[in-house]
Amino acid sequence: MSHIGSESNPLRVAIVGAGPAGFYTAEHLFKNRDLVIEIDMYDRLPTPFGLVRAGVAPDHQKIKSVTRVFTKTAENPRFRFFGNVEFGKHLKLADMQAHYHAIVFTTGAQTDRRLNIPGIDLKNSHAATEFVAWYNGHPDYRHLEFDLTQERVAVIGVGNVAVDVARILCRTPEELAQTDIADYALEALRHSRVKEVYMLGRRGPAQAAFTPPEVKELGELADADVYVPPEEAKLDPLSEASLADSADRGTMRKVEIVQSFAGRQPTGKSRRLVLRFLVSPVALIGDENGRVRAMRLVKNELYATEAGTLRPRPTDQYETLDVGLVFRSIGYRGVPLPDVPFNDQWGVILNEKGRVLDPETQQPIPGLYTAGWIKRGPSGVIGTNKPDALETVECLLADVKNGRLLTPANPDAGAILQLVQTRQPYYCTFADWQRLDEMEIRRGQEIGRPRLKFTSVEEMLKALGKM
Amino acid sequence: MKVSSILATKGTDIISIRPEQQIREAIQLLTRHNIGALVVVDENGRLAGIISERDIIRKAAETEALFSLPISAVMTRHVITGMPQDDLMSVANTMTERRFRHLPITDGERLVGMISIGDVLKAQRDKFRGEIDTLETQLMADDE
Ligand SMILES: Cc1cc2nc3c(=O)[nH]c(=O)nc-3n(C[C@H](O)[C@H](O)[C@H](O)COP(=O)(O)OP(=O)(O)OC[C@H]3O[C@@H](n4cnc5c(N)ncnc54)[C@H](O)[C@@H]3O)c2cc1C
Ligand SMILES: NC(=O)c1ccc[n+]([C@@H]2O[C@H](COP(=O)([O-])OP(=O)(O)OC[C@H]3O[C@@H](n4cnc5c(N)ncnc54)[C@H](OP(=O)(O)O)[C@@H]3O)[C@@H](O)[C@H]2O)c1
Repeated sequence: MSHIGSESNPLRVAIVGAGPAGFYTAEHLFKNRDLVIEIDMYDRLPTPFGLVRAGVAPDHQKIKSVTRVFTKTAENPRFRFFGNVEFGKHLKLADMQAHYHAIVFTTGAQTDRRLNIPGIDLKNSHAATEFVAWYNGHPDYRHLEFDLTQERVAVIGVGNVAVDVARILCRTPEELAQTDIADYALEALRHSRVKEVYMLGRRGPAQAAFTPPEVKELGELADADVYVPPEEAKLDPLSEASLADSADRGTMRKVEIVQSFAGRQPTGKSRRLVLRFLVSPVALIGDENGRVRAMRLVKNELYATEAGTLRPRPTDQYETLDVGLVFRSIGYRGVPLPDVPFNDQWGVILNEKGRVLDPETQQPIPGLYTAGWIKRGPSGVIGTNKPDALETVECLLADVKNGRLLTPANPDAGAILQLVQTRQPYYCTFADWQRLDEMEIRRGQEIGRPRLKFTSVEEMLKALGKM
Repeated sequence: MKVSSILATKGTDIISIRPEQQIREAIQLLTRHNIGALVVVDENGRLAGIISERDIIRKAAETEALFSLPISAVMTRHVITGMPQDDLMSVANTMTERRFRHLPITDGERLVGMISIGDVLKAQRDKFRGEIDTLETQLMADDE
């Protein structure tokens, strides 16, 4: 047979997960001019784009335009999308190994990091990941309920996700109605009685994980005043010295913004957003019905590690914060895929530069690769997945040259299509998605919103006439 | 971003050597794996020191008998270590300021990996690159 990557024997690649990492992987592969490459991309949802659809905040519509670039990749004639097909359920590793030369896992981080404190499993204590997926209309989370009758809410963590959650809680129904937030979430938030939202950082403003534009936006909300206790906005001597040392402009800007909030007087807006620093929750306290009623906080101080990082250390000062609803936003975490080696310590697929490793030998397993959050952990913006995917694609292409890929029994585009059809008759193509997309936008326009999302798989399949 | 995100794409194998092994073996390991330093661990798997190309070269300038010396005679014993939760930015500052190129990472007592200044700089570059790539993807989208 002719060599792999020729017209008669194209290099067949499966990409599992249609988020940014999956699309950047496809884009890099298609840029290769020496090989004929065919790509099948799978996602467990009928809709593509991963967290761009189900994570990025609905009031940040502009950034969602990146999907146009991903769509361009999807329109390549050698690209196929199989939505509503889950790896491990509809197709197993062995199925894919029989049909592809290479498989790239880009499944993202599907769950949240645990916070082990007493009371964390009380009613009204949730992972931010769930709230985010709920307001964005992710089909797996649409049935959740959040008790928005509570007036006081705490968000644990000061990363950009915590900022998103706090901001959505503080937006007015009018502001939210301009977005593509899920219709049930818009309705629930319309009746929200939330008055005070606390964001809790365990270190100081200089170490906060949020970025300057995101925190700045908190000062510009239509009907919420932002506030920081002045003593917590002030830098401690260690942070001050470290900032002077590094002269990092991003950090300086962040600190400046936080400090500008500290001086603010309330302007009579209906809601208040309070950023707290140097505090760690040590327990959630429940009422007689097992619902959160308060949170016990310890005041922290900072110390420098050997490598120079400023870390929090509890003091002997405690306080109690009355809150009836808690979101922990301390990071996402990857979940293992069936038959794919996992590195439990970091919550990623066991890999070196994107080549999946055999846990016994620590040698690459031929034909298996990974990119994105499931490769390097849950950090970075959309574009961070581009250099990350490039590293993986370079490994893959080097392996093509060295003949270190899989030798599938049946590398035929028709054969795998048949298998998908038998395993998941309700699979969705990219053309199906484009029809859904059009319908969502049209439904939105009718009520003056950018888009009205379908939020259940059944609803999507019905709209497509598949059910 | 934290040190753990560098370790996440490095497998779990830590290339190490024992204090009683010879320099010759260290050189073989360094070349085979194309790296600049090895962690030295005792029989209990605990960190005993670090040995770098530079340590070896420096010793080579002193003695002809280099190859058969035990690692323990050449290694640096006072090792600065990092933790998976260390912030990359502060690690980068500390490594450049104090001029060391390799940082063993421990989680409590357990050695969990080693990072080099090259890894740290690459991670920082990719972080900036990622921010630029986000903007670039948005710009390309506007052209569509
Ligand atoms: C709440 C939130 C808001 C964010 N906001 C921004 C922002 O405003 N700007 C920005 O630049 N970045 C933002 N980010 C970061 C950005 O979303 C991520 O960097 C990026 O989405 C990670 O890409 P990924 O492809 O690795 O994972 P994901 O985007 O999570 O994609 C993974 C895909 O894999 C699919 N999948 C999972 N398991 C399977 C399986 N077994 N079989 C088949 N498919 C599967 C999932 O359905 C999903 O579609 C945000 C992140 C979060 C969490
Ligand atoms: N608009 C945007 O561009 C946007 C929006 C959303 C998300 N994103 C990106 O998506 C990625 C993920 O965001 P993220 O917010 O989930 O993660 P993140 O940036 O890693 O932030 C996690 C936060 O949780 C804190 N934390 C961790 N463990 C804790 C504990 N035990 N107790 C108290 N606090 C704890 C961290 O504090 P320490 O630093 O002290 O550990 C940090 O403040 C980030 O790269 C982010 O920039 C971007």
